[in-house]
Amino acid sequence: MTGPKKIEAPALRQSTAVAALQPDAMAGLKCYVANEKIQQAIGLPGKLAADWQETHDAAIAKMGELLGKYRSLKVFMDACVHCGACTDKCHYFIGTGDPKNMPVARQDLMRSVYRRYFTEAGKLFPDLVGARDLSKEVLDEWYTYYWQCSECRRCSVFCPFGIDTAEVTMAARHILDTVGYGQKYTNEIIGKVNNIGNNLGLSGPALQNTLEGLEEDLKEDTGLDIKFPLDVQGAEVLLITPSADFFAEPHIESLIGYGKVFHAAGISWTLSSHASEFGNFGLFNGDYEMMRKVALRVRKAALELGVKRIVVGECGHAWRVAYSFWNTLTGIGAGADDPFAVQLQSQLDHRYKQPAHICELTWDLIQQGRIKFDKSANDHRIITFHDSCNVARGSRMGDAPGGQFEIPRNIIRAVANKYVEMPQGTTREATFCCGGGGGLLTDELLELRVKGALPRMEALQQVVDQQGVNFMATICAICKAQFTKVLPYYNHKMSMVGGVHQLVSTAIRLGDK
Amino acid sequence: MAVEINGKTYETDEEGYLLDINEWNEDVAKLIAEQENINMSSQHWEVVNFLREYYNEFQIAPAVRVLTKAIGKRFGAEKGNSQYLYELFPYGPAKQACKIAGLPKPTGCI
Repeated sequence: MTGPKKIEAPALRQSTAVAALQPDAMAGLKCYVANEKIQQAIGLPGKLAADWQETHDAAIAKMGELLGKYRSLKVFMDACVHCGACTDKCHYFIGTGDPKNMPVARQDLMRSVYRRYFTEAGKLFPDLVGARDLSKEVLDEWYTYYWQCSECRRCSVFCPFGIDTAEVTMAARHILDTVGYGQKYTNEIIGKVNNIGNNLGLSGPALQNTLEGLEEDLKEDTGLDIKFPLDVQGAEVLLITPSADFFAEPHIESLIGYGKVFHAAGISWTLSSHASEFGNFGLFNGDYEMMRKVALRVRKAALELGVKRIVVGECGHAWRVAYSFWNTLTGIGAGADDPFAVQLQSQLDHRYKQPAHICELTWDLIQQGRIKFDKSANDHRIITFHDSCNVARGSRMGDAPGGQFEIPRNIIRAVANKYVEMPQGTTREATFCCGGGGGLLTDELLELRVKGALPRMEALQQVVDQQGVNFMATICAICKAQFTKVLPYYNHKMSMVGGVHQLVSTAIRLGDK
Repeated sequence: MAVEINGKTYETDEEGYLLDINEWNEDVAKLIAEQENINMSSQHWEVVNFLREYYNEFQIAPAVRVLTKAIGKRFGAEKGNSQYLYELFPYGPAKQACKIAGLPKPTGCI
């Protein structure tokens, strides 16, 4: 074993023209494979079959099943004309120069296999149509490069056909999982949330202890009894938030912000020890059953606690899951029709969005004048906003299109005086991933994470140099953790990143509303 | 993977975290620290020992805020901040200090 590898950030580019390709630059970076214990704990085969043919057949069978189930996947396999529009849109390609990190090349890893087994031309004349057999080497290449995609969907914005590489990646990971070739980071976490209730493995007593500590701190800071209630029967709001909000910096500053908002508005709320996680890594594996199992904890907690509203904290991919999938997975929102979903439907108060994002709740309260701010409390900060990929491109907020862009910005402008935008083409629907999303926030991929952060760091540097920005707000736990780690590689302080509700927390008036 | 010291082998995961927390002792802690380029001082031990104490009670590492507060209370207010902890454990107190303390790696969006 050696000490941590020395990783250097790439130089910021003067021009965004595509630099020289670096073939296979990242071919050697492969994240840890889940061991048998981790795999079996979530109902997956422990490892690859000893007989390759068995793995081969299982993978092709699964691929056929997914192609039949998801029309989108088949269209994405068929529709690409290799026009090249996506090639320079991926942050991992930009940061590494590895041509296999071009979205089209990433898709082609699967497309070549698809052609061989599922198209007539590929069955008859594989060499003519770029079709290839699924071999162990091909499967290894899938593992390497499908775990170098953060499923951020930026490429899909620029694809004339709307091909979504994230869905291709999810399908590939689903197939890899089914043949016993899962990723350690994601699958270990799914096991923990299934067993303990959150990604961290934070037990009920540890959670209680942490929350009590927060209450003490806030009493000291404000003189007020700002509560962080746990498992309170009959509370109006159930707050579901990423468990990093209980554990990590700067995440916890946003949790404090949520608590202050509920306190100032006089809304009764509770957290749940059973459903103490908003993050849903089932999405990263493209596996709806995994995703559903995680999501059902929220429904169970909501039914048991008898809450009227479900509000969620700052977490990017989880908001996509909540916004787009919770309805049919759990009945939070319209769609599901099993008895528990129906029961939950009748329990929830439909004057409010179900689920609602904490930013929607806070922005509504601001508009109603129910919470007030001393904006000058944030005057030491010149703030910019990093749109998180799954919020920007996978969901919405509020009642109007683009609400997912406007509402967080509106909140920042309501609580602070100095706000600036990063350059066009790096924000809103064209936002760059932080470099750590989609199941890649793991230490062994740090080199990829540092390099993948390049385009965001370039945009940030511009507003740092020109407008003196010293704070980048975001509403995603992964973005917060990733930037905390990679900012120092680009000569910024790790404390430069924080949550939108961290800014709310700084400025909110508590005693004199 | 494994580390070996004084003729005894300690199993670790791919990242060098001990598989069995009960096998931990100060010698193996020093060895792990060395591999992390950390020279264990009494300040490092204060943190490592607190982590083990907390883990024994809650079966999880403390939140960063809980850690900074406890260290500040016990060993002096000047130590009760994350900057101090990052100076001791540059890769981050949550992960690096846990590894040295023999605790499992905290997982999630951290």
